[in-house]
Amino acid sequence: MNDEKNTSAAGGDFIIHSPWLHRFALLTVAATLGLIGIGGLVTSKAVGMSVPDWPTSYGYHMFALPIATWLTGGVFHEHTHRLWATIVGVLVVALMRWLGGRTARRALLIIGGAEILAGFALLALGPDWRGAGHFLSGIGGVVLLAGVVWVNSSPAARPLPALGWWAFWLVQVQGLLGGLRVVLDAHVVAGAKLGMVFGLIHGCLGQAFLLLLCVIALLTSRWWQKQHSESGIQNPECSAQRWFLFTTVMIFLQLILGATMRHQHAGLAIPDFPMAHGKLWPDTSPAAVASYNAVRFELAGENPITAAQIWLQLAHRALAVVILSAVAVCAWRTRGFLRRPALIWLGLILVQAGLGAWTIWSNKAADVATAHVLVGALSLVTGALLTIITFRFSGAARQ
Amino acid sequence: MKTVLALAVGLTATLQVATAGDLTGTVTLKGTPPAEKEITPLKDDATCGKFHAAMPKTQFFVVAANGGLADTVVMLKGISGKSTGASAAPVVLDQKSCVYVPQIVAVQTGQTITVKNSDPVLHNVHSIPAVAGNEEKNLAQMPNGADLTLKFDKAENFLKFKCDVHPWMFAWVTVVDHPYFAVTDKEGKFTIKDVPAGKYTVTALHRKAAPLGVEQEVEVKADGAKADFTVEVK
Repeated sequence: MNDEKNTSAAGGDFIIHSPWLHRFALLTVAATLGLIGIGGLVTSKAVGMSVPDWPTSYGYHMFALPIATWLTGGVFHEHTHRLWATIVGVLVVALMRWLGGRTARRALLIIGGAEILAGFALLALGPDWRGAGHFLSGIGGVVLLAGVVWVNSSPAARPLPALGWWAFWLVQVQGLLGGLRVVLDAHVVAGAKLGMVFGLIHGCLGQAFLLLLCVIALLTSRWWQKQHSESGIQNPECSAQRWFLFTTVMIFLQLILGATMRHQHAGLAIPDFPMAHGKLWPDTSPAAVASYNAVRFELAGENPITAAQIWLQLAHRALAVVILSAVAVCAWRTRGFLRRPALIWLGLILVQAGLGAWTIWSNKAADVATAHVLVGALSLVTGALLTIITFRFSGAARQ
Repeated sequence: MKTVLALAVGLTATLQVATAGDLTGTVTLKGTPPAEKEITPLKDDATCGKFHAAMPKTQFFVVAANGGLADTVVMLKGISGKSTGASAAPVVLDQKSCVYVPQIVAVQTGQTITVKNSDPVLHNVHSIPAVAGNEEKNLAQMPNGADLTLKFDKAENFLKFKCDVHPWMFAWVTVVDHPYFAVTDKEGKFTIKDVPAGKYTVTALHRKAAPLGVEQEVEVKADGAKADFTVEVK
């Protein structure tokens, strides 16, 4: 497999670089990006509840849903999202096992067994716990299998095994959140529907999870390994590390704002751009909001808009300007090998701004809104990776 | 003694009917409503699109040539606890050609709503009440499947019904705690039958043009009463 291993006594037995491990990490990243895309489409098309049960689908085991039912309306998107999520889950367990090597086997056997037993215990609690019970015992089976049948390999260099464990737990939490979003949709806590709350967390955590996988892909890359080799470190020649960090945090905040808007299922709180209800600063008095709702023809029976939602959209627009400016500063203050990636990042943000405007002009067309979600994810990931690189290698001298 | 009592009850009921009249009227729309939107996702759906030769459009404002406004719920205000829903005939809500028919419905508290699926395609009937005490339900309904029955115990205006499989499908059910209401027809006309004589506040609610209602005071006599409403869209 052309793996480079550490052969010195110091540091122990670990893989310095494995091209196939890196490729597998990239495959998992690509699969997760696709999963975010199909998940985004589910929300954009307002079909998140088109399969009202979980983990079964209309009473069928999720792998046995009749094709005719699968191909009906929104069921196609939601059920495909669930199947795709299962594939990503298996890829992540395999990735984690690869990163952890033989040292992870015992833990996987214990965790897999415990999850199976916990799943059966939940099933015994009653019908309300059936979904979580099936989910847990199913994933436990996959985990147990990874512990039993995998090759006797060396672990990857630190901190990759730890990151693998983070991904392992996070993908399971994500799966459970997605299921609870459906099962507890109608439950209300503190005035908020749990379907909305879980959907929002599920959407944001999905992008954080993608980021984690991208970091794993970066750390398993040949480039990263060379940066740590005796031949010397490339200096990013960037005096804006804190700007990169600030901008990436702003992008994540923007993601939360956008997810909050989407998961309130109220459609477009402001139907025009760059104006807002025909003005630079819209009237958000109760009478004005009532008039907006009166002329608003919701194609999917969306909830009436509120003044708070209008303010949320205005904040989203304002933050977009901040982010665009900050990314421009990052690109301007970066030289050397990071200049091109920083300019690509700027290009991504410009595309994202265009998609945001187009989302409004197209009356929130599902494909456009979903593209906006995906480019947002790419913007977040790009910013985070650039931040890691600038902090890790800034100030390093060439040998 | 029992005979006298029965006669007294019968006489009272007869007197009540005799002193009850029909409240009739017309709801008219003033102003030009926004243009209806094309339901592109419906036309693009592989199965549902086949049911519609022309591009289907939303029906938020159904206005007759003379300005009569359909789908307006007209009801007496300030009356509660008089529901006869438990013994009333079920109201039928159908899913035909991947749209709810009718889109605006009014029922009494405790009255059965029978939801039919006349389509050869799966729908799910998702009722989303906003009033505490009305239960949210999300029920799958297979192609040409068995009817679903729902009831709501609390009064609520424009309780939303949707289909999560086909997100353009929705209906609005107004639940009233008494039997004195009607939904205007295509000409904007309504008749509320057997309203006991007296003075009332009558409200006309249209989901878009008058979601909070347009009110007027009406006195109903033995020969009935007339109440016309004008709803304005600006």
